[in-house]
Amino acid sequence: MRSIILSTAVHLLFGLMILFSLFLLLRGHNLPGGGFVGGLVAAIAFTLFAIADSAATVRRILRIDPRYLVVAGLATALLSGLLKIAVGMPYLTGAWVHPGGIPLGTPLLFDVGVYLTVVGSVLTLILTMEEER
Amino acid sequence: MTIVPIERPDLVASPHSRLTSRLAGWAGFVLAAGLTAFFASKVSVVAAGETLRWTVDWVPTLGYQLSFYVDGLSLLFALLISGIGAFIFLYTPVYLSAYRHASRLVVVLILFMLSMLGLVLADDMIALFVFWELTTITSYILIGFDHDDVKARRCALQALLVTGAGGLVMLAGFVLLGSAAGTFQLSELKAQGFHLAEHAAYLPILILILIGAFTKSAQLPFHFWLPNAMAAPTPISAYLHSATMVKGGVYLLARMHPVLGGTPEWAWILTITGAATAVVASVLALRQTDLKLALAYTTVMALGTLTMFLGAEAGVAIAAAVTFLLVHALYKCALFLVVGIIDHGTGTRDAPRLGGLARAMPITTAAAAAAALSMAGFPPFLGFIGKELKYEGALAIASEPGLAITAAVAANAMMVAVAAIVGLRPFFARPVATPKTPHEAPFRMWIGPITLAALGLFFGLVPPLVANGLVQPAVTAVLGAPQVVKLALWHGINLPLLLSVVTLILGILVYVRHLQIRDGLAAFEARLPTDSDRLYDRSLDILKTFAAWQTRLIQSGVLRRYLFVVFAVVVLAVGGTLLMKDGLRLPQAWPDVPLPVWGMTALVLAGAVLTVLAKSRLFAICALGSVGFGVALIFLMYGAPDVAMTQLLVEILFVIIIAVVLLRLPRFGKVTTSGGASRWPDGVLAVGTGLVTAALILAATQGPIDREITAYFEANSATQAYGRNIVNVILVDFRALDTLGEILVVAVAAFAVVGLVKLRPRRRRAS
Repeated sequence: MRSIILSTAVHLLFGLMILFSLFLLLRGHNLPGGGFVGGLVAAIAFTLFAIADSAATVRRILRIDPRYLVVAGLATALLSGLLKIAVGMPYLTGAWVHPGGIPLGTPLLFDVGVYLTVVGSVLTLILTMEEER
Repeated sequence: MTIVPIERPDLVASPHSRLTSRLAGWAGFVLAAGLTAFFASKVSVVAAGETLRWTVDWVPTLGYQLSFYVDGLSLLFALLISGIGAFIFLYTPVYLSAYRHASRLVVVLILFMLSMLGLVLADDMIALFVFWELTTITSYILIGFDHDDVKARRCALQALLVTGAGGLVMLAGFVLLGSAAGTFQLSELKAQGFHLAEHAAYLPILILILIGAFTKSAQLPFHFWLPNAMAAPTPISAYLHSATMVKGGVYLLARMHPVLGGTPEWAWILTITGAATAVVASVLALRQTDLKLALAYTTVMALGTLTMFLGAEAGVAIAAAVTFLLVHALYKCALFLVVGIIDHGTGTRDAPRLGGLARAMPITTAAAAAAALSMAGFPPFLGFIGKELKYEGALAIASEPGLAITAAVAANAMMVAVAAIVGLRPFFARPVATPKTPHEAPFRMWIGPITLAALGLFFGLVPPLVANGLVQPAVTAVLGAPQVVKLALWHGINLPLLLSVVTLILGILVYVRHLQIRDGLAAFEARLPTDSDRLYDRSLDILKTFAAWQTRLIQSGVLRRYLFVVFAVVVLAVGGTLLMKDGLRLPQAWPDVPLPVWGMTALVLAGAVLTVLAKSRLFAICALGSVGFGVALIFLMYGAPDVAMTQLLVEILFVIIIAVVLLRLPRFGKVTTSGGASRWPDGVLAVGTGLVTAALILAATQGPIDREITAYFEANSATQAYGRNIVNVILVDFRALDTLGEILVVAVAAFAVVGLVKLRPRRRRAS
């Protein structure tokens, strides 16, 4: 059963929600937000899309299987901690650079990993259940 | 083991599989031969009284070391394992050349050999146990090689269960022993001269460890798995079930001798079990027509004899055990391999259908005859020396020389008969038509038996070689004090020689009448009400029934019951702790909170009540959602925006997921919700859980809150991690490892759902 209201609303909101999720991800270090919350918002956006339209559409938008997102996310998070091992620091020690005064560090990379894992996991779950209907 | 059935072309060897199995065989041979050379080069060092050791830290925090230790005893075993192994690796690929998966077998065989070496070289009892179980597991795979055959599978499982269970019992004994003695190192146990006989836990330790040794070495009443294990391909039986694995228990007894031995309990249990096993097994051996089974029972007999001698204290009895161990490994392995050649060359190994093979298989005949003569104890074979020593040792068994002598003579007489049946009769009896025209085996098959049999003769001719190089160091290792062992063919006319003559006459008499005896035994066996094998089946059935019953009890498959158990445990454990530790605190004053918070609280309460009263699932979910939103708003008001945001989003996602699966859930009511008789218990539990949680939170908030950690994060978050949102900095930087674990859990949960949804039984997906 398709609902035109839901469908239209989701199409309008989808881009905003994804944008908002990235916003949450990036601002997380200083203000409420972060990879987990951002990932949840993005996942909800995709999930609404899947309900309003179809799981197949979501797969087409995503282009890659959400399971690969999970793998990519875990790999990003795992690898982000490796950098400082080279100089004898413990695993997951943050490494920072300051281009133009803005601190950029591996914790952000780690958070991106969290984001991808959450999006991938939730979508894997939802799409699998949707498609089994 | 039969030849590959024609209807299974997928099991028939291809040129490729032949090549791989041959390569694996050569790899195994090179490894085994190299190890043999290595151990052989240590003989003179160890004989001079030195011990060698290598140590690797294993679990340093627990004080476990992986240390290997070579003394006379472990060197003898290591030489047998690697030396015989070399011949087995030559033999097996040829014997199994018709089978596609022969290479797998060879690889597992290599693993087995290494585990077995680990077992006899390990100094640490825990390491010994690990290698012990590794041999159990590899032998399971080896016995079950022909896994299309139900019988092979059953026998493999039986061997696994019996020896595996025994191994676990033994582990319990090791732990007790280790804590009683304060060390897990066998060498230290021995060096301390630590004797446990006075210790309160001596008897439990003894019994537990003996059960382990007896199951592995197939002593009564655990003997039944060994003959059944003959389902394995013959070279496997030759290796595992004559020379190596089954001797693991004997090795353990010898190792434990200085620690646990020397008490009446030790002497009696070992002597009686060993003697009973030897006699029963030698009678059963005579009963068999299958040559391989007859050999299997004589192996059980040999193990019984070894156990009996290890019960003694006297040096000569231990020397008898060690010598017989060597003798037995040489002739028994050779005979097993000969039976394999007979089976391979004629298509049968059933005694009545064999005869007159001497002309077709001259080399095999020579090997078989030499091994059989050593087994029967004819001079000048090493078997003769072993037998004389056995009688001398039996006379020296202090606890019960009469019993030991009777058992030894009876068992040896039967051995003479079986040696004739297996090693001589198929070759020299009247020729009989066999399923295949007999032919001599290829070189790689006969080289093993002929070498082993020839060694039996050579060592018999030059007894000091074995006495000084192998037996004496091993006996010294067992007894602790340096021993002098003299082996010789001629001791003069004495009691052992007389007993030898009696044995030979008895044995020949039994052989002459063996057909009648066999029929008599078969008739007797048919009238027995039960045997160990059937008892094993029955106890396995009982175990399975029990397992099914308790699974039905615990794993009802109804989610509500699982939740009941979880919450009940929480209530009892947390509530009980609060009561016992006097942790109940009531708020001193009515809380001073702003009005909106009361509003939120009312929302949460209303949601909870509505959830319980809901008549439809959708309504219940929405009501439950309002509880979540209410809680999230309270978080927000108290300055935890991150937690609130996460809570809110999770609530949304929860509602969406439920909406997705709503149509697929079973009907609301019925089993899935509380109703009828379970309504009251569920209600009481729910209220109890709420109360306990509330009490816990009250108790937690009454005490002063330690702000030290918060202060640390507040001070360092911006300076060290360049972030002002402490929550997120903790998540991705200070405690990133925790977060890594959490996202791993998220990922695993997602894949688990995929598995549950996709891998449902087809029948349900179709409906």
